[in-house]
Parts: sequence; C-alpha cells; structure tokens
Amino acid sequence: MVALVLPRLISFEGPVRRSMSVAERNAAALRSAYWLVMISGFVEPVVYLLSIGIGVGGLVGDLTLPSGAVVDYAAFVAPAMLASAAMSGALAEATFNFFGKMKYMRLYEGMLATPVRPFEIALGELAWAMVRGSLYSAAFLVVMVALDLTTVGRALLAFPAAVLVGFAFGSLGMAFSTFMRSWQDFDLMGSAQFALFLFSGTFVPAESYHPALRWLVEVTPLYRAVDLIRGISIGTDEVLGGLIDVGYLLLVTAAGLVIAGRRMTTLLCK
Amino acid sequence: MTEGRPLIEATGLVKRFGSFTAVDGIDLSVRAGEAFGFLGPNGAGKSSTMRMIGCVSPVTAGELRILGLDPARDGPAIRARLGVCPQSDNLDPELTVAENLTTYARFFGIPRKVARARAAELLDFVQLGERAGSKVEPLSGGMKRRLTIARALINEPEVVLLDEPTTGLDPQARHLVWERLFRLKQRGVTLVLTTHYMDEAEQLCDRLVVMDAGRIVAEGSPRDLIARHSTREVVELRFLAESQEVFVDKLAGIGSRVEALPDRVLLYVDDGDAAVATVHDRALSPASVLVRRSSLEDVFLHLTGRTLVD
Repeated sequence: MVALVLPRLISFEGPVRRSMSVAERNAAALRSAYWLVMISGFVEPVVYLLSIGIGVGGLVGDLTLPSGAVVDYAAFVAPAMLASAAMSGALAEATFNFFGKMKYMRLYEGMLATPVRPFEIALGELAWAMVRGSLYSAAFLVVMVALDLTTVGRALLAFPAAVLVGFAFGSLGMAFSTFMRSWQDFDLMGSAQFALFLFSGTFVPAESYHPALRWLVEVTPLYRAVDLIRGISIGTDEVLGGLIDVGYLLLVTAAGLVIAGRRMTTLLCK
Repeated sequence: MTEGRPLIEATGLVKRFGSFTAVDGIDLSVRAGEAFGFLGPNGAGKSSTMRMIGCVSPVTAGELRILGLDPARDGPAIRARLGVCPQSDNLDPELTVAENLTTYARFFGIPRKVARARAAELLDFVQLGERAGSKVEPLSGGMKRRLTIARALINEPEVVLLDEPTTGLDPQARHLVWERLFRLKQRGVTLVLTTHYMDEAEQLCDRLVVMDAGRIVAEGSPRDLIARHSTREVVELRFLAESQEVFVDKLAGIGSRVEALPDRVLLYVDDGDAAVATVHDRALSPASVLVRRSSLEDVFLHLTGRTLVD
C-alpha cells in the first residue's frame, strides 16, 4: 500500500514546489560574473535619471500635469525610470538568459525528464526574473528617496507596483523568446524595448501627443506601468486609473505565462 | 506490486512527425529487472520510442502503459520513477559536478540533505568523487556520460532509460560504463537502452528488439536471435580478384547462405572447418580464410540490410 501511494504523493506535491526548484537552480548558478551584469542593469536608469531628470530637468523647470498638480521634472521622470528598470531587469532574465538556457544550454530538456512540466519551468524562471527585477526596483527607490523625489511611505507602496511591472514584462519577454529563431531576432526586441522606453510617457506626458498617437502610447504595457508607478510616487490618487493599470498588467502576466508554457511544450515535447 | 506485470507495455505504438512516421506500430513489453535493448540503425525509431517511454513526447496512436500508468495523464508521476540518460549530454554547464546532481534532485522534490548524501554516493559509484567541485566543461566525454548516468540515478528510479549510452566514447570509457550498468542490473534496476553497437547489446541485454524503419523486425535474447536469423559459424573468404561477386556462384550450396561484400565473401554455415574443406575441394584458393562464431552483427546486418543510413 505504501509503495503504491507514496510515489504518487511525492510526484503530486505540487507545481509550485517544482517551479521553485527551477528558480533554485538559478540561485545555485549565481557566480561573481553575474553580479557585474546585474549592477549594469541598475546603473543605467540611475544615469538617465541624473542626466535627463536632473540635468535636462534644470532647463525644463516645473511641469503642470493634466490633473493640475505641479511637479519638479525629476520627480516626473523618476517613476518612469523605475518602471523601465523593473522592465529591463525582468526582460534581461526572461529573454536572453531564458533563450540561451532553452536553445543552447538545452537545460530544459534535462528538467523535463523529471516531474517538472513546461509551465512550471516558465513559472520558475519568471519568479527568478522577478527577484532580479525587484532588486533593481528596490535599489532605485532608495535613490529616489535619497534625492527627495518621493517619500518613504510612497516608495514602500510603489515597490509592489514595480514588482508587478517586472512580472508583466518577464512573462511577456519569455513568451516572445519562445518565438525567437536566433540571437539576431533579439535586436528587433531591443529596438522595440528602446522605443517603449522613449515614448511611454516616460519623458513627456502622454497628453502632449496628438490624439491619434496618444491611444497607441496609452495601450503599451510600459505606459501602463509608468502611469501606475507615477500615480503612486507623485500621489495623484487616481484610484480607478491605478486599478485599470493593475488589471492590465495582471492580464499581461497571465497571458505571457500561458503562451510561454504552451510554446515550450510545442518546442520541447515533440 | 509490479511483479509479473510488465513495467512497460506498448501495443500498436505509433509516432508521427507531420507526414513522417518515426515509429510505425510496435508492440513490446519490458519486465521488472530485465535489461531490454532497442537495436537498430540511425533513424530506425529507437530514440522516438525512448522519448515516448520517457513521457516527453506524446503518443500519436496506440497504447502505452509505463509502471501501469498512462503517460498522457500521469506524466509527472511516471517521470518521478524513471531515470533518463539522453543521447547527448545535457548537463548544466553553469554548475559544478556535484551541483549538477543536487540541483537535479530538487526537481524531484528530494530534500537537500538527502540530495547531498546521494550525490556523494553516486559520484563514487561512477568514479567521479574527486571531481565533485569541478565544472562540467573540462570533463572528458566518458566522464560527462558517467555524470549523466549518475544524474539519472538521483531519484533511485525503478527503470533507467539509456539512449545510446556509449556512443562516442573510447574503449576504456565504454567498458567502465558497461561495468557500472551491469552492477545496476545486478541491483535489480530495470534497464532499457538503445544502441547500434552489437557488442553492447550482447554484453548488456537479456532481451532485445531489432528495429528498422519504425518497425520491430525481430525480438528475442541475443542468443535466440543468432540462432534464428544466422548460422552457428561464419566463414570469411578474401579472394585476390577485382570482384568478389563472381565467387558467389562457385560457392553456391556451401552452408545456408553466401553473401558477397566489396572486399570479401561470407559463408553462413554450421561447421566452419568442414565448409573450408569443401571450398578447397572445389579448387578455390582464397587469399585469406577466417572462421568465426556468428555474432549479433550478422543478424543485424541480415535483418536491416547493408545500405548506409545517415
């Protein structure tokens, strides 16, 4: 009886545990060189904040938002940099590293010979990407508070929002990576990412675009992320808008995960 | 619990990739404790069959039961009790030798402490104990293969699937792998392996099937197969001539079969010495004569043909 029931109990103890074992593998693979890669992902948005937020901000002066609130340009740009930091941290892990592990290291083939399923690999990798994204966000929030661009209370509230942004982009990036044929395809993604970074209401309010373009900006995931985090960090208190952003990002996360899991099954379980 | 019942049972098993049929309706059953082999040329469908048994490739048609379970429904539960050594090593290059085992153990939900103890034990078993802290990259082919075998054993599997376990290894490395696999078999672990090496099949397998173009063309123990599809002995004759073909007619009637190869003629006979005497009686004088016992290779080449398959 024990021999009959025990193996079933072990193998069915859950997708969450199996996903975590995938994330655990990445923790075990952490080496000194990796920290350098991670630091670069943090430095980039800080450099933008200092050069554009504070440098260009000195020329721009204060900004009047559509709500009537007047903010310092650096305080306007900072939450957008936070959102981009969360995006690029999660994307780096969920695209380059994920693709490399799948296609070149053939790591997942080994994993799939164990009870771990494709969807669980996707979930585990996303959880790991999130750890990286969250570290970037936390570090950036510390910088924002230090530069007096937001308060400690608002920073604490903005942190989970940034984590959600990471989840959405990590999951989206992973889904895209399953369609990539070679490293060259990532150049396209890099361009798309840069375009998002420039035009998602990051440096200029979306309201300043022509109405025909404005809806296009507002429908992109980074705009939603910026809108959510800026709302929290400046304190516009637009609860409904914030909830729409949260719903949108949750939807992107779920869709990305499902697509990534399905595609991995198609690619690896032929 | 599984005594008497086959661990792996397939009926009319089919695998198709688009319009290409890799496995074309095979029946097989593997019993607990036996070493079962798939023998066949490249592209015969061995690996596709192994992947279906490993529950990583969905069955196109037919029935497949592994450990009494359905791979489509119980994949994770079955894989928890299998050990898989794939054709090409897919070890984790970012981890050390020991970490490759302990990390893999976690995919099975094995507690860390148990994982560490088992990893140490398995590394000794495959003679890699001294390389525990080394990266995977600098290991030789034989070492990597042994590590992959150790990894396949981390969950103490009931069945171990080995896809061409010694392909690409040098003779010393092959013998070490064979010896370790033989020990596993003695411990009662069921082994299922694919190979295109006849000596490997003869050394390791209690029973095997010969596959060709997705079908099973023969089945039995190595000795059975030799008895059924070949003769007791084979005489190899080399003639000093442009073509060996012309001697086929002159040798007709000696033994049960005469086969001309580009460089020699093979006589399939029961008594090699008597056959050689007959050859000389017919006033034929080959440049060299070799009498040998019939091997699985003769069976294999007879059944699957001598055409090169890439």
